[in-house]
Amino acid sequence: MSTVDLQNVSRWYGNVVAVNDVSMTLGPGVTGLLGPNGAGKTTVLHMMAGFLSPSKGRVLLDGEPTWRNPAVYAKLGLVSEREAVHTFLTAYEFVRASAKMHKLPDPDAAAKRALELVEMTDAQDRRIGTYSKGMRQRTRVAAALVHDPQMLLLDEPFNGMDPRQRMHMMDLLNKLGERGHTILFSSHILEEVEQVSGAVQVIVAGRLAASGDFREIRRLMTNRPHVFALQSSDDRRLAVALISEKSVSGVEIDNAGLTVRASDYGSFTRALPRIALGEGIRLRKLLPSDESLESVFSYLLEA
Amino acid sequence: MSTVAYITARGLFGRRRALLLLPLPLLLVGLAALCVAYDVNPRNWGPTVLVGLGLAVVLPVIALIVGTGVLGSEVDDGTIVHILTKPLPRRDIILAKLGVAVGVSAVTAAVPLFIAGWLADSPKLGLALAAGAAVGAVAYSAFFLLLSLLTRRPVLLGLVYILVWEGLLGRFVSGTRVLSIEQYVIAIADRIAPTDLLVGQVGLPVTIVMAAIVTVGCTLFAVDRLRSFSMAGETS
Repeated sequence: MSTVDLQNVSRWYGNVVAVNDVSMTLGPGVTGLLGPNGAGKTTVLHMMAGFLSPSKGRVLLDGEPTWRNPAVYAKLGLVSEREAVHTFLTAYEFVRASAKMHKLPDPDAAAKRALELVEMTDAQDRRIGTYSKGMRQRTRVAAALVHDPQMLLLDEPFNGMDPRQRMHMMDLLNKLGERGHTILFSSHILEEVEQVSGAVQVIVAGRLAASGDFREIRRLMTNRPHVFALQSSDDRRLAVALISEKSVSGVEIDNAGLTVRASDYGSFTRALPRIALGEGIRLRKLLPSDESLESVFSYLLEA
Repeated sequence: MSTVAYITARGLFGRRRALLLLPLPLLLVGLAALCVAYDVNPRNWGPTVLVGLGLAVVLPVIALIVGTGVLGSEVDDGTIVHILTKPLPRRDIILAKLGVAVGVSAVTAAVPLFIAGWLADSPKLGLALAAGAAVGAVAYSAFFLLLSLLTRRPVLLGLVYILVWEGLLGRFVSGTRVLSIEQYVIAIADRIAPTDLLVGQVGLPVTIVMAAIVTVGCTLFAVDRLRSFSMAGETS
């Protein structure tokens, strides 16, 4: 069993701070690294994998620094986001080459086992250049798993996979986690993380915004105020009616219409048509204006 | 052959740039054969074809294409990560890639130089040029391999070295010849087969010491750079 430890880690590029004073400890099981694009997830993963030096702080795998220490790859596997594979090799050659570079006693058996794990046995003798994006991704996962690493890092592993492949990969990660492997995968899609992992680390703007059980964080996310843009046949009268609704926490009125803040998404969206109907007001526009993932993460950061 | 060398060699010959290795050697042998066929005095064409084309262009350009290809292409397309995520000493990776670069460059440049030297003078001159080219391939490969780890434009910088440093400054500023791999090759060939077709301008002891320093220094530096190989994050 392996543990990765980030101790007050920061990483900056010139004046740009990519990761800001992040501390976390990951043990056996599956952990999702969640955050919007550009939040610093890849930077964190690259530092864990020994492909970036922290500008400040320490990154340790079982007490050993990962930077400038190739020995850590004996127990670490990495699937980077960039789709980089030797397209002139077959999947079998590619994975077997990995096994040989790990100096495994039986590279052929290890390659077969890894390819079976990702369901690539049928296509293993075709050149990787002929594969779909999902097949290439599975081949890269097989190469990362060939030495049965204790720690597996995956950067956006579900990109390019069809739903069946995605389910299979999620199942594989869960099984590896249950067997005591330490798995960390990054994603900017909440639902992906929800299906795979119980534990999450949420990164927003380079800072660790939340850490812990996904359900608890999800509750925070669903309880945040929702903002809607509204236009109707009589905005002023609708504003008066809405303010008496329990789920509405604020209403603003301007030339463009109404901006309504609702504390409960479900209650408000059920109450609105009833109120409008009761007042005889025609609704012309209803837009949730802060449903982007970034706004969810920003709320978490403030919570 | 190590797995790293095997993947490197397959990658090198699987890319279109491998085709760039063919025209220059063919041109060198073709020109030499043409001059012999028309019975032109070797003193009139030997220095131009052997040195001006063979040693100043064919050898360094081939070494540049191969030397930057064995590592630079993998750095460019990201496939180097597949090799770097293995518990291999970075020294082994560099040595495997350098071995492939030296082998391919030496064979590709030495064979046409041997034929051209034989046609111009004698088999001895051919062998001398081939031996010089082999030593040159080692030094050039180490230098160009290092360049592919230092810059994102190793081919451009390599061409500047070949054309400006060796080609231009080497002819007019005598001090620069001590740092010219082309001059080491000429010095070695001139020593093995002294003819008036080649005029070495750097002494043999200086050549041996400097070629060793360039090769070992560039290789050690490349190993150190590979140890610190970084992948930028999404925010960079």
